[in-house]
Amino acid sequence: MAESNQAFVRTAILPAQKPPLTEKGMIKWLRENLFSGWFNTILTLVGLWAIYSLIAAALPWWLNGVWNAGSLGECRTIVAERAGPDATGACWAMVRDRWHQFMFGFYPQDQYWRPTTAFGLLFAAIAPVLFSGQKRFQTYMLIGVAAFLSVTLWLATVPMLPVALTALLMLALLAFAQLRPASLMWFTVIYPALAFFLLWGGSVWTPVAAMAGLLVLLLAYRVLLPWTGVAIAAGIGVVLALLWWALLDVPVARMLTSVLPFGLESVASDRFGGFLLALTIGVTAISFSLPMGILLALGRQSDMVLIKTLSVGFIEFIRGVPLITLLFTASLLLQYFLPPNTNFDLILRVIILVTFFAAAYIAEVIRGGLAALPRGQYEAADALGLDYWSAQRLIIMPQALKIAIPGIVSTFIGLFKDTTLVAFVGLLDPLKGITQIVRADIAWKGIYWEPYIFVGAIFFVICFGMSRYSMYLEQKLKRDHR
Amino acid sequence: MAYAGEAPKPGFRPGMLIYDTRYRSLTIQLIVLVLFAFGVSWLINNVIVNLAAKDRTFDYGFLWNRAGYDINQTLIPYTNDSTHGRALFVGLVNTLVVAALGCFLATILGVIIGVLRLSKNWLIGRLMTVYVEVFRNIPLLLWILLSFVILTETTPSPRDFRVTDEMVAAGQAPAARMFLNDSVAITNRGMNVPAPLFERSLGTAGIGEFQISLNFLAIFAVIGASAIVNRRMVRRARAIQEDTGVRPVTWWKSLLLLFVPVIALLLALGFHLEYPRMTRFNFSGGIEVLHSFTALLVALVLYTAAFIAEIVRAGIQAISRGQTEAAFALGLRPGRTMSLIILPQALRVIIPPLISQYLNLTKNTSLAIAVSYMDLRGTLGGVTLNQTGKELECMLLMMLIYLTISLIISSVMNIYNASVRLKER
Repeated sequence: MAESNQAFVRTAILPAQKPPLTEKGMIKWLRENLFSGWFNTILTLVGLWAIYSLIAAALPWWLNGVWNAGSLGECRTIVAERAGPDATGACWAMVRDRWHQFMFGFYPQDQYWRPTTAFGLLFAAIAPVLFSGQKRFQTYMLIGVAAFLSVTLWLATVPMLPVALTALLMLALLAFAQLRPASLMWFTVIYPALAFFLLWGGSVWTPVAAMAGLLVLLLAYRVLLPWTGVAIAAGIGVVLALLWWALLDVPVARMLTSVLPFGLESVASDRFGGFLLALTIGVTAISFSLPMGILLALGRQSDMVLIKTLSVGFIEFIRGVPLITLLFTASLLLQYFLPPNTNFDLILRVIILVTFFAAAYIAEVIRGGLAALPRGQYEAADALGLDYWSAQRLIIMPQALKIAIPGIVSTFIGLFKDTTLVAFVGLLDPLKGITQIVRADIAWKGIYWEPYIFVGAIFFVICFGMSRYSMYLEQKLKRDHR
Repeated sequence: MAYAGEAPKPGFRPGMLIYDTRYRSLTIQLIVLVLFAFGVSWLINNVIVNLAAKDRTFDYGFLWNRAGYDINQTLIPYTNDSTHGRALFVGLVNTLVVAALGCFLATILGVIIGVLRLSKNWLIGRLMTVYVEVFRNIPLLLWILLSFVILTETTPSPRDFRVTDEMVAAGQAPAARMFLNDSVAITNRGMNVPAPLFERSLGTAGIGEFQISLNFLAIFAVIGASAIVNRRMVRRARAIQEDTGVRPVTWWKSLLLLFVPVIALLLALGFHLEYPRMTRFNFSGGIEVLHSFTALLVALVLYTAAFIAEIVRAGIQAISRGQTEAAFALGLRPGRTMSLIILPQALRVIIPPLISQYLNLTKNTSLAIAVSYMDLRGTLGGVTLNQTGKELECMLLMMLIYLTISLIISSVMNIYNASVRLKER
C-alpha cells in the first residue's frame, strides 16, 4: 500500500499523555474504594464519623492513663492534676495492683512459680503435636511465652531462687523442644501427671501411681500382643489398668508416701482462680474432648445400632441443653448420682462436664468432616485390606480431621470462652469472679471499663491467636483435590 | 489353577465371636449393652440410696405449691401467691421473649454486617472485620456484664429527673433529661418507655389460668389477614405481568391493605400511649424495661450478630462469581442482583449454620443468671430450686424444657430449610 501523504493523516505517533489527575494514584484509589457512588460516600462518611467519635472518646482516656496509684480516687486526683478537672483517664493502676489475682486467683503467692512452670512446660508438651517442624512460628511462640512468663512473675513479685531455677529448667526444655520436637513425645505423655503435681501439689506418688496404670496397660498390651492379637490384648490391658486404678492405685501411693514423703505443698482447689483457672479447665477439656469427640463421631457413623443410638442420644442431649445447666449438674446433682459420701473436687467435676460438652460439639464437627470424604476413600481402605481401626487411623481420620480443622478450632475457642461460666458454680474465673472481688474492694469501687478491657484483651489475644493458627494450619495442610 | 488346601468348614466356633466380622459387632454390642445397663442401674441405685439417706422423695408435687416470691418481669399475670408451676411459665416466657427478640435482631444486624463486610468500600469492610473479630473472640459473658454495668452505673438516678418549684423559679434545668420528646427515660433502675393501652377492651379468652387479651389477638389476626390478602394481590399482579408483560401498579394497594385495617382497628379500640411521668421518687406509668433484660438482649444480639455475619459472608462467597456476572449481563443493578440472584442461592448455604446460631442464642439466654434476669433458670432453676431443695427434680425438668425448645427450633428451621432447598430431579 502506498504511503499516505494526505494532510489529515498523522505520520508520527503522539507521545502518551499523562492520565487525568482523578485516574491515578491516591485519588483514583480513594474514588474507587471510598467514594464510588453516593451510597458508598455516605457509608465512608459514617465510618469516618464512627472512628472519629471512638478515638475522640477513648484516646484522651487512654493517654491520661495512670499506672501508679493505690485507689480509684487517687487515680482520679492524678488525672485531674495532670490534665485538668474535666479530663477522663484510665486507671491501669488497678491492673497493676491486682495483677496477681487476675492471673492466679488466691493461689499462695510463694508458689507462683509452680503454675507458671506448668504453663511454660505446656508448650514443650504440645511441641511435638502442634508445631510439626515449623521453626519460625515456633520461635515466635516460644519468645512470646517466655516474655509473658517473665512479666507475670515480675509483676507478681515472687522470691527469686525458685523462679531462676524454673526459668533455667524451662529454657532447657524449650530449647530441646526447639531443636528436636519429635523426641519430646514421652514428655507429652507424662505432662498431665506433671502438671497436676505442679498445680495441686501434695505427694509426688499420687500422680506417679496414676501414671503407672497407663504403664500397666502398655505392658500388658506389649506382652500379650504376639499371642492374642490387637483386640484382646488391648481389652485385657484396659481391664488390668482399670483394676490397678480401682484397687491398687491409692494404697500403693499411700505406702510410697509413707516410705518416701516427697512432695510439694498441696494447694486446695478453692484457691485457684483467674486465668490460671480458665487455662487449667480450658487446656484439660480441650485435650480430652478431641479424642472423645472422635470416638463419639465414629460411634454416630457406626453400623452397630446400639452404639449409634447411644452416641446420638449423648450428643443430642448435650447439645440441647445450655452449658450452665451442665455446670449446675456438676455442682448440685453429681452428689446424687455417685455413691454416698464420695466427694471429689469441684474443679475436676467441672472439667469433666465441660469436656463432655465440648466433645459433643466436636463430634458433630468431625461428623461433617467424615461426611465430606468421598465414599471411594473408605472403599480404597477396604480394598487395601486394612481393618477398621487401621483404616480410620491411616486413611479416614487424617483427611476428615483436616477438613474439620476450622470447626474444631472454633469449638475450642468457644470452649475457652465458656470457661468463664464456671463463675456461676462458685469458682473464681477472671471475668466475673475476680472482677467482682476487685470491684467490691473499697479502693476500686466504681471501676468498670478497665477490668473488662483488660480481661477481654487477654481473651481476645488467646482466641484470636487460636483462630489464626487454625487458618495457618489449614493453609499448610491444604492439598488441591483435582 | 486350582486352589490348594480345603475350603474352611462351615460351622460356628466361639472364636468367631471375636474374629469373624459377621459376629463381632454382635459381641461388641452385647458387651456395651451389659456395661450400659450396669452403669445406668448403678446410677439409679445411687440416686435411690442418696434420696433415702437424705429422707427425700422424687416427686413434682411442689409445682402446685405457693411460690411466695416475686418476679420483677412478668409477661403473664403472676403474684407471689401463684404456684411454682406458674413461676416456671413466667420464667419460660421471659426466656422465650429474649430468645425470639434476640434471634430476630441478631439476624438483621448480622446480615447487614455480613453484606457490608464484603462491600467494595475499603473502610467499611475493615471496620466490619474488626467488629466481627472483636465480638467473636471475647466471651459473651463479658458483653453481658459490661452492658449491664454501663446501663446501671453511668445512667442518672430517677432523682435527677425531678423538677422542683425552686428549680423552676431559678430557671434551672434538671440534671437529666428524657429522650424522644419526653417519652423515654433511662435511669439506673430501668428504662421507662410508653405503654400501649386500649380504651375499650374485647375481654380475654383462654383456659383456666392462661388468659390472653382479645385485643392483641384481634390485632394479630387483622395483621395476618391483611398480609395474606396482600400476598394474593401481589401474586395476581405477577400473573398479569406474565400474561401481558405489563405489571399493574401495586405499591399503593399494598400500603392500603397492610396499614388501613390495622389503623382502623387501633382507632376503634381507642389505642393510646401512656407516657412515663416523674412522681416524687420514681417514674410511674408506662412500662419499665429492666436493665437486666436490655443488657442481656443487647449483648446477645451484638455477639450472635458477629457469628451470623460470618455465616452470611461465607454463604455469599460460596455463590460462584459467574452468577453475579450473568446477572450484570442481564442488566440487573447491583442491589437487585443481590436480592434476586445471590441471596436466594446463598440462603441455602446460610440456613443450616444459622439454625445452630439460633440454638446457641437460645441456650445462651441462660446467661441471664449474670444479671439476675428471671428467666427459666432464674425461676425454676434458681429461686424455686433453693426454696424447695428439689435439686434433682428442678434440674431434670429444666434440662428437659431446654431440650424441648432446642428440638422444636431445630425441627421448625429444618422444615424451612427443606422448603428452600434446591429441588433436584
